[in-house]
Amino acid sequence: MRYLPLTDTDRQDMLSVIGASSIDDLFVDVPAEARLTGTIAGLPDHASELAVERHMGALARKNLSAGEAPFFLGAGAYKHHVPASVDHLIQRGEFLTAYTPYQPEIAQGTLQVLFEFQTQVARLLGVDVANASMYDGSTACWEAIGMARRITKRGKALLSSGLHPHYVSVANTMAKFTGDALVHEAPTLDAATDIDALIASIDKDTSCVVVQYPDILGRIADLTPLADAAHAAGALLVAVVTEPVALGAIKAPGHMGADIVVGEGQSIGVGLQFGGPYLGLFGCKQKYVRQMPGRLCGETVDAAGKRGFVLTLSTREQHIRREKATSNICTNSGLCALAFSIHMTLLGERGLRELATLNHGLAVQAADRLAKVPGVTLLNDSFFNEFTLVLTKDARDVVRTLADRGILAGVSLGRLFPDAPAIGNGLVVAVTETVTPEDIEILAAALEEELA
Amino acid sequence: MSMLKEGRPTTPQAVEDAHMAPATATGNRALMLEEKLIFEIGSTDTTGVDFAEAPKVASRLGSLARTDSLGLPGLSEQETVRHYTRLSRQNYAIDLGLFPLGSCTMKHNPRLNEKVARMPGFADIHPLQPQSTVQGALAVIHELAAWLVTLTGMHSVAMSPKAGAHGELCGLLAIRAALEARGDARSVVLVPESAHGTNPATAAFCGYKVEDIPATAEGRVDLEALKARLGPDVAAVMITNPNTCGLFERDMKTISDAVHAAGAFVYCDGANFNAIVGRVRPGDLGVDAMHINLHKTFSTPHGGGGPGSGPVVLSEALTPFAPLPFVEKQGDKFVLVEEETAEDHHAQTFGRMVAFHGQMGMFTRALTYILSHGADGLRQVASDAVLNANYILRSLDDVLDAPFGPSGPCMHEALFSDKGLAEGFTTLDIAKGLIDEGFHPMTMYFPLVVHGAMLVEPTETESKAALDQFIMALRSLAERAKAGDELLKGAPYHAPRRRLDETLAARKPVLTWTEPALAQAAE
Repeated sequence: MRYLPLTDTDRQDMLSVIGASSIDDLFVDVPAEARLTGTIAGLPDHASELAVERHMGALARKNLSAGEAPFFLGAGAYKHHVPASVDHLIQRGEFLTAYTPYQPEIAQGTLQVLFEFQTQVARLLGVDVANASMYDGSTACWEAIGMARRITKRGKALLSSGLHPHYVSVANTMAKFTGDALVHEAPTLDAATDIDALIASIDKDTSCVVVQYPDILGRIADLTPLADAAHAAGALLVAVVTEPVALGAIKAPGHMGADIVVGEGQSIGVGLQFGGPYLGLFGCKQKYVRQMPGRLCGETVDAAGKRGFVLTLSTREQHIRREKATSNICTNSGLCALAFSIHMTLLGERGLRELATLNHGLAVQAADRLAKVPGVTLLNDSFFNEFTLVLTKDARDVVRTLADRGILAGVSLGRLFPDAPAIGNGLVVAVTETVTPEDIEILAAALEEELA
Repeated sequence: MSMLKEGRPTTPQAVEDAHMAPATATGNRALMLEEKLIFEIGSTDTTGVDFAEAPKVASRLGSLARTDSLGLPGLSEQETVRHYTRLSRQNYAIDLGLFPLGSCTMKHNPRLNEKVARMPGFADIHPLQPQSTVQGALAVIHELAAWLVTLTGMHSVAMSPKAGAHGELCGLLAIRAALEARGDARSVVLVPESAHGTNPATAAFCGYKVEDIPATAEGRVDLEALKARLGPDVAAVMITNPNTCGLFERDMKTISDAVHAAGAFVYCDGANFNAIVGRVRPGDLGVDAMHINLHKTFSTPHGGGGPGSGPVVLSEALTPFAPLPFVEKQGDKFVLVEEETAEDHHAQTFGRMVAFHGQMGMFTRALTYILSHGADGLRQVASDAVLNANYILRSLDDVLDAPFGPSGPCMHEALFSDKGLAEGFTTLDIAKGLIDEGFHPMTMYFPLVVHGAMLVEPTETESKAALDQFIMALRSLAERAKAGDELLKGAPYHAPRRRLDETLAARKPVLTWTEPALAQAAE
C-alpha cells in the first residue's frame, strides 16, 4: 500500500490522542447494518506497480492507436502533433496537482495562464472575451443555447444540419428538461451549406441560430449574412468550431458577426484520448459577459500594488449564487486549457498559420487524389482540412473493412447519423499534418479495391 | 599559478531584519522570478515549432482566407519552457505539501497513473474508431464500471459525465425521466442548507424549484423537518453523505425510506465518498443516484481546476433511464451502445450528455489507482482518511472552536469555526496565515451553516509528521488570532503576491490583455 504513509505505530499513537480504541470506533455514526466488517468480496487486493502496469499495458495493446495506422478520422476530434515540451510542462506538479485557484496569492501560476488562455482564445475566435474553459465542445454548445435564451428571453433555437450530431443530441437531451424548442434536420449531401435555409427559418421566436464552422461535412461558408439575418430578427448567432486549427487559415466567426463562439479545443495541445478529457472553448461579445457560464480570470493588483490575477465575476457562479447561477459548472478543463495555451504559445501566429497552411495543402492533395478513385465523388467545393467523399456503397462497411486491414479511413455518416440512411454513403475524411503522402496512396489504393 | 581549490566561500553577514532586504532592479527575488505575460515578451513572428513545407496547391478556402493579424504571440521552445516553469513556481500544489482543502480531497496523485494514461493505446485513439480497434479501451471502461458498481453496492453506472456537477445533472435527469415515465411530473427538489452550491444550481437547471432543508444543532439533516416537507410535489432529495460538516448522516436509511414512501428519489452527492470507500456502500442506504468524483476519491489530478470525471451510480429503478453511450460485454466482445443500438434494449434512456464517451484519460488513471490499492487498500484509504481528520480535530479543539466536536468523531474532515477569535479577526486571517506557514489554506466559509467555517481535509496520503507540522502551524495561528496579533491581518507576507484586490477585479473587469496603447486610447 505504497500510497499510505501511516505505520501501525502511527495509527495507535493517533488513536490514543483521539481517545478511541480502534478505527472502527470512528465509524460509530454509520448504522451498524450498513457497516462492512471486512473487504468487499469478489474484488482483488492491492497489487504492485509492476503488476498494475502489466495489466493496463495489455489492455492498451488491444487498441489500434492512431500513430500505428494511416489515419483519417476527424468529425470533432483531430490528430495533431503535440510538441514534446507541452506534455512535459503540464506534468509539472505545481500545475498538475494544484486545485482551482481560489487562493490567488499562491496560485498566480495557474491564474496568469488562464488570463493568457482567455486572451488567446478570444483572439483566435474573434470575440471580445472568453472564459477559463468548459468540459468540451458539446457541453459548451448547449450552454451557449441556454445563454442565448437568457439574453433574448426566447426559447426556440435553430440548429444547422451541419452541426455535429452528437452536439445536437446533447442539446436535445437538455432541451427536454429546460423547455427549449430545437429545430434540426439531418444534412443532405450537397456542396452548399444550409445557411440560406436557416436564414429563411428565423422568426420572432428564434433565440439563436447555431451553426458549425467548418461544418460536420467539412464545408465552409461566410457567416455574415446569417449573422445579419439573426440580428435583424433580434436573435443571436452562435458559431461552433470543432477544429480550431482552421482559424489559422479562415476568418474568425466573431469577425463575421457571431455573438457567441464556442468550440472544441482538443486539436491544440490535448490529444485524442478516446474522446476525453477535452476542452470546451467559450467566447462572446463583451456586452454578454455577465450571462456567461463558467469561470473567468481577471487582472487586479495586490496590497503592495503589484499586478496579479484572480477569479472574478463569480456572482454568476454556483458557489455564490446557488440556484440562480448561470450554470452548475464547477470543475472544468483547467489542465487541458494549460496544454492548449502552451501549444498556442509555441506556435504563435506564425506557427499557427504554417500549421493551418500545411493542413490545408495536404487536405487538398488528398481530396484531389481520392476523388480520382473510381466510385468516389468529392462533395465539397470548399473546405479546410476535412471533406466528405460520397462512395458507391455504405461507408460504414467500407470503414470497418479497411480497419481490419489496419487503415483508419475516416468517419462514416452512417456512424454519425444512423437515422439518415439517405446519406449513408458519405465518408468524412480529415487530413492533418500527421498524414503522409504514402498514407494518402494507401487509402486511395484500398478504396479502389473496396469499391471495385 | 595554483588552482583555487576552496572556491570563494561566502561568509553570512548578520542581518537584523529580513524586511530590510533591498528591492532588486528586476523585481526578482532569487529563485522567485517575476514573469511577464506572453503578450509582453512574445512576438507574432516567433515560433517554437518547425513544420515541413506545405504543398503548393490552389486554395479551397473560397473567399474566407483570414487576412487580419490574429495577435497571437509565439515564443521559442526555450522561452516557452522557461515561461511556464517560472509560472508553475508561483503555485501551491499537493506535490509541495499538505493541501487540506475540505470537500476537495487533495490526495497524492500517483505517477503510475500518468504513465498509464499516456500509453499510445489509450492516449492516441480516436473516439469514433471502429469498435474492433478499441476493444482494450472499452474493456477499461467496463472494468472500472464494475469496480464502481461493486464498491457502491448499486445497480449500474453512467460513465460519461465530465465532472461532479455534470454527474449531478445526470442523476437528476434520470430522476426526472423516471418520474415523467410514470406520468408523475413533480416540481420541487429539497436540498440541505449545508449542500455544495452545485446541488441547487443543478436542480434549478433541470427545471425544479429548490427548497432548503434545515440542519439540526448537531450539523445533520433535520429528519422531522424533512419528513414534514415530503409530499406529492417533491421529486428528489439531494443529500451529501458524509455531509459537508464532515459528519455521517446517521439517519440516512430512515431518510431514504421516507423519501421513497413519498414517491421521490434520493440523490447523494458523492464528493465525500473517500471517507467511506470500502467501509460503507451507499446502495445499502437506499441511495438512487450518486456521482463519484474520480478526481477526488480515485486520485486523478485536479490540474488547477480540472478535468474531472463524474460517473454516476444508479439504483435499479433509475437504470433504464441512464444516458448514452455505455459499454456492454456481449460474449467475449465489448460493445459501445449508442443511439443506433439503444432502441433494442435501452429505449427509455434520457439521451446523450456529451459528444463522446466520457473522460477516458481519467478512467485509465482511476482504474490504475484502484487496482494499485485493491479492495483491502481502498478500505484502508477510508480508515486512514478518517483517522487523520480526527487526529487534527482532537489535536486542535482546545484552541479552535469545533462546533460539532462534542457530538462524536468526524469523518474525513474536521470542521472549526471562528468563535473565540479576537475582535476583528476572521477565518480569512488564519487562512492567509497558513500560506506564510507553507500550507494551502483549508476550505473557508463553507459550509454556510457554520460561522466563519474552516473545513480541514487532510486525506489519507499525509504522514503523521506532516500532520504534526500542520497542527503546530494552525495552533500557532489560532493563538495569534485569539491574542489579536495585528500582523496576522497583513498575511501572507512571503507568497508571490500579497492579498489581492478582488473588488477591483469585479468592478472593472479586465478579462483579456490589451496592448497598452489601445487600452489607454479606450479610457
